[in-house]
Amino acid sequence: MAIASIDRVPKRRIRIHPLPVRIAHWVNAFAMTCMILSGWQIYDASPLFPFAFPRWATLGGWLGGAIAWHLAAMWLLVGNGLLYGVYGLASGHFRRHFLPLTLASVSADLKAALTFRLAHRLGHYNAVQRLLYALVLLAGVLAVTSGLALWKPVQLRWLSWLLGGFEVTRRVHFVAMAGITGFVAVHLALVLLVPKTLPPMITGRAKEEP
Amino acid sequence: MSLSKRLKRSDATPDLVRLERRLFLRNSLSLGALAMLTGCDLTDGDAVDKVLWAMSRWNDRVQAWLFDPDRLAPTYAESDITKPFPFNAFYAIDDVPDIDGGDWQLEVSGLVQDKSPWTLERLRTLPQQSQITRHICIEGWSAIGQWSGVPFRTFLERIGADLRARYVGFKCADRYYSSLDMATALHPQTILALDYGKDPLPPEYGFPLKLRVPTKLGFKNPKHIAALFVTNDNPGGYWEDQGYNWYSGS
Repeated sequence: MAIASIDRVPKRRIRIHPLPVRIAHWVNAFAMTCMILSGWQIYDASPLFPFAFPRWATLGGWLGGAIAWHLAAMWLLVGNGLLYGVYGLASGHFRRHFLPLTLASVSADLKAALTFRLAHRLGHYNAVQRLLYALVLLAGVLAVTSGLALWKPVQLRWLSWLLGGFEVTRRVHFVAMAGITGFVAVHLALVLLVPKTLPPMITGRAKEEP
Repeated sequence: MSLSKRLKRSDATPDLVRLERRLFLRNSLSLGALAMLTGCDLTDGDAVDKVLWAMSRWNDRVQAWLFDPDRLAPTYAESDITKPFPFNAFYAIDDVPDIDGGDWQLEVSGLVQDKSPWTLERLRTLPQQSQITRHICIEGWSAIGQWSGVPFRTFLERIGADLRARYVGFKCADRYYSSLDMATALHPQTILALDYGKDPLPPEYGFPLKLRVPTKLGFKNPKHIAALFVTNDNPGGYWEDQGYNWYSGS
């Protein structure tokens, strides 16, 4: 009976993503893409590991161009990240959407996800999502701090030292990039699987679900 | 001049870059709209390239502001020295210039009082300093080496350079050229290196004279220096003029 009555009520459009989050999301998507693709070109100049990134997946054309891209997009990425961080803390966005985050809730939701019983609720992040968003934000912070340490190992000597010296910091920077890239791959795969999550990230709104 | 063999000379050749861009577009290897931007590589002056150059100039200013003239680069123990220290230049090791130390002279010009040239013997009469520091290449690799020579500040004071001038430029026997901001030139670890390890610089490391600047990336450490000058007009550099960030401080 309750279900029937809801069905008769016209669906309302509810706000899912506030404007600052949407702007930060798309600016970040552009800046992060520039950073990763130009970073791959820089990596290819002196690969840390026995592989190189394919040329078509890189940005900048040559090492100097890639560095110019990397150090220009850096300002966009860091500025956007700072604004997002301030908004997330001041507005309660982080607290509302990423907390509480407990081991029990993550393991319960992970089990549900693996058995395809995890419901997708609009505007609500399950514990696995909360964990992944928290981890990718940390990876972003690690990518930026290790990047700064590589950019200025003398002027920011304490930061370089904290991260284990120049050569270790290169690996830290690579691992942070790999974590973010892995997140992006999963993120895009899930958008393809649940396409209705994409329009709200543009318009901010979605039809209310029963 | 820290370009190892891995970066081919052709990588910096604008014509080849343009050709590669055409091939790139023709092959339609697209990552959406961003694919169009991969052609913006500082070579043909379109709007995006102009933004990239402007951002690079902005980064010069930020780095000059970040630079602390008293902060020293980390130093290392003799056991940390990278052996062999990698050769790096924009040409192959077979093309290293063959210079006769007896004939060689360092020319000095620009905003200096004493423009008399310097011989190797005369440089060796100045106070010497040794350092074991990390050379960081713009490509990302790094190596630790030991350089000794005349503190550059001592040399600039000796020739009566205008220490309020903005730049010091270098011209090298291998066609390389580069330049430094005066603050970095006066840094206590910036030296005119005459020795690598315990011996005079071998040809592949820049005989007879190399600038060693541990607060800059490797390509700002010119080798085979033939002339230097003090000026207020930015002299640019071999790589800097092609798009590497001019300041390139570490």
